[in-house]
Amino acid sequence: MSQDTLFDKVWDLHKVSSLPGGSDQIFIGLHLIHEVTSPQAFGALKDKKLKVKFPDRTVATVDHIVPTDNQSRPFKDNLAEQMIETLEKNCLEHKIRFFNIGSGNQGIVHVVAPELGLTQPGMTIACGDSHTSTHGAFGSIAFGIGTSQVRDVLATQTIAMNKLKVRQIWCDNTLSKGVYAKDLVLHIINKLGVKAGVGFAYEFAGPAIHELSMEERMTICNMSIEGGARCGYINPDEKTFSYIKNKLYAPKNEHWDKALRWWESLKSDENSIYDDVFKLDASKVEPTVTWGITPGQSISINQQIPLLDDLSPNDKLVAEEAYEYMSFKPGQLIKDTPVDVCFIGSCTNGRISDLRVAAKVLKGKKVSKNVKAFAVPGSEKVATEAKQEGIDQIFKDSGFQWREPGCSMCLAMNSDKLIGNQVSASSSNRNFKGRQGSPSGRTLLMSPAMVAAAAINGKVSDVREFIN
Amino acid sequence: MKSEFTPPIGKISNMNGQCISLIGNDIDTDRIIPARFLKCVNFDSLGESVFEDDRKTLKGKHPFDLEKNKHASILVVNSNFGCGSSREHAPQALMRWGIKAIIGESFADIFYSNCIAIGIPCFTLPKKSIEEIQNYCDNQSLFLEIDLKNSSAESKDFNFNLKIKESSRKMFLSGEWDATSTLLDNENLIENKFNQLPYTQFNTNFL
Repeated sequence: MSQDTLFDKVWDLHKVSSLPGGSDQIFIGLHLIHEVTSPQAFGALKDKKLKVKFPDRTVATVDHIVPTDNQSRPFKDNLAEQMIETLEKNCLEHKIRFFNIGSGNQGIVHVVAPELGLTQPGMTIACGDSHTSTHGAFGSIAFGIGTSQVRDVLATQTIAMNKLKVRQIWCDNTLSKGVYAKDLVLHIINKLGVKAGVGFAYEFAGPAIHELSMEERMTICNMSIEGGARCGYINPDEKTFSYIKNKLYAPKNEHWDKALRWWESLKSDENSIYDDVFKLDASKVEPTVTWGITPGQSISINQQIPLLDDLSPNDKLVAEEAYEYMSFKPGQLIKDTPVDVCFIGSCTNGRISDLRVAAKVLKGKKVSKNVKAFAVPGSEKVATEAKQEGIDQIFKDSGFQWREPGCSMCLAMNSDKLIGNQVSASSSNRNFKGRQGSPSGRTLLMSPAMVAAAAINGKVSDVREFIN
Repeated sequence: MKSEFTPPIGKISNMNGQCISLIGNDIDTDRIIPARFLKCVNFDSLGESVFEDDRKTLKGKHPFDLEKNKHASILVVNSNFGCGSSREHAPQALMRWGIKAIIGESFADIFYSNCIAIGIPCFTLPKKSIEEIQNYCDNQSLFLEIDLKNSSAESKDFNFNLKIKESSRKMFLSGEWDATSTLLDNENLIENKFNQLPYTQFNTNFL
């Protein structure tokens, strides 16, 4: 059993009681909600005649279903309109702070909360979305929950949960040029597998993690769930504190000093005990691309799609399914695979630094005529910042469509969808069958810089050839 | 879709039913219920759309479309079932189709919690036993009697010791798996905790 890790400290601090069945009752410091997984939870409150216990500790925005081309109301899609109206009504009725479209603070929930300073070290954070692990980048303990648990948090500000084990993932050295946080996390998931994290929280640590910016750290923690870990975190440091300072909801004046003293005391102890430790050399990681139907099925840009015999018995079943679905042959190179759609955005890689990196690759170049490319900023704030820096213009000049903020084609709940068996180069987080809106659509996950390179060449490319 | 859906309520200790085998590792919640069906403000009509895209692809040959499985209620799956999205719509869709319990090699964490929260016990068995059941189901119907008190599953040909988290087992047997009221019992402790937390003192803008 782990001891004295940040996870242990934050868990113990938030433990309200030991429940009769043996799980713990955990207080949730920040609850984030959106339009897709909350309506049934509010419905259940109504059925049970319960109120929201701490309305101030829940914050709402709208992201999954919003159109990214035309956001004027009512939405063209009646069901989407009904969902946003339901959220508006629920927030109004229960006095919950809601960042709606046009507020200047709307966007993907996991982009918005950090940029507002709501996400802070030492908090427990829950949201009806599996990518809530993103917030662990700040040294908070953050995890996705289902709608029944959203109901529980609304009604009690607590949930029943079994304590997780802790695996430290130690990343030595630093990433090479042209290799990004996305490549590192895809690499980790490939090495450990998509279910190794079940029952675990992942602590990402080591020199390579220390070097990363806060936005890159969010990319890493965001994809913990793709490795099976519903929670991933990084011990907070100077970068964390300076990111939060002066944000809208950050502690101010003398409160800031108090907060800082507490945050500085929060990291895992030097002699803390982990349930497991996994070490890797980050300098060996290369630009990485998925070839299959799980985020664990990835290879370096210059590698071949694995042969069945090269895989462990457990991986063979899904590999066979993947070859067939993706129409790839074992042994085939991933490089030069033609792509139809290029998507830059999502809670994994839709932040300003992601757009900056992609813009650097795109500047002065044109998107291949065979490719439909579009960029979806993660939030209204990201969009504004990008416009101030002229990044939107670089995207547009290259042939990218520049859209309004939302989750968009990461999960295709709006009209941004693949058609037929199109291949997309995507900066999002899931390459599941049908994930991007077409039951036969094919997704190749990669870093935003790699998506930009693929857009220019019309095929999977090595971004390192663009940046030297 | 079978007869009128009634959600489980109260103590859950015995489940008898026919098994339906679904082979594959890492079957994610996007496959169980594709995102386009999440555009709803209640769960009522999800049952008919469970595995929609997989079923369309298999043109009637998907286990959830086979006539012989029409009345099945115990789903038998392989490893990491329910990975990916936290959508509770996935177990809700399975439950509304008629699934009352799931036996698998392993389950994704959030999917597992969602199942427990809505009254679907999830049990694990070693790979070998799962494959044994799945092979059996290829040719004939398997009816299992599951007893949560001693975590057993029996039929005329089989006798398995199922594994389930002790906390989940106790919650089902006592009928406290719908956690809200148990959590609310500790209302004073919740208030105390709120007042003790360091950040509730310094997040003045937040509150």
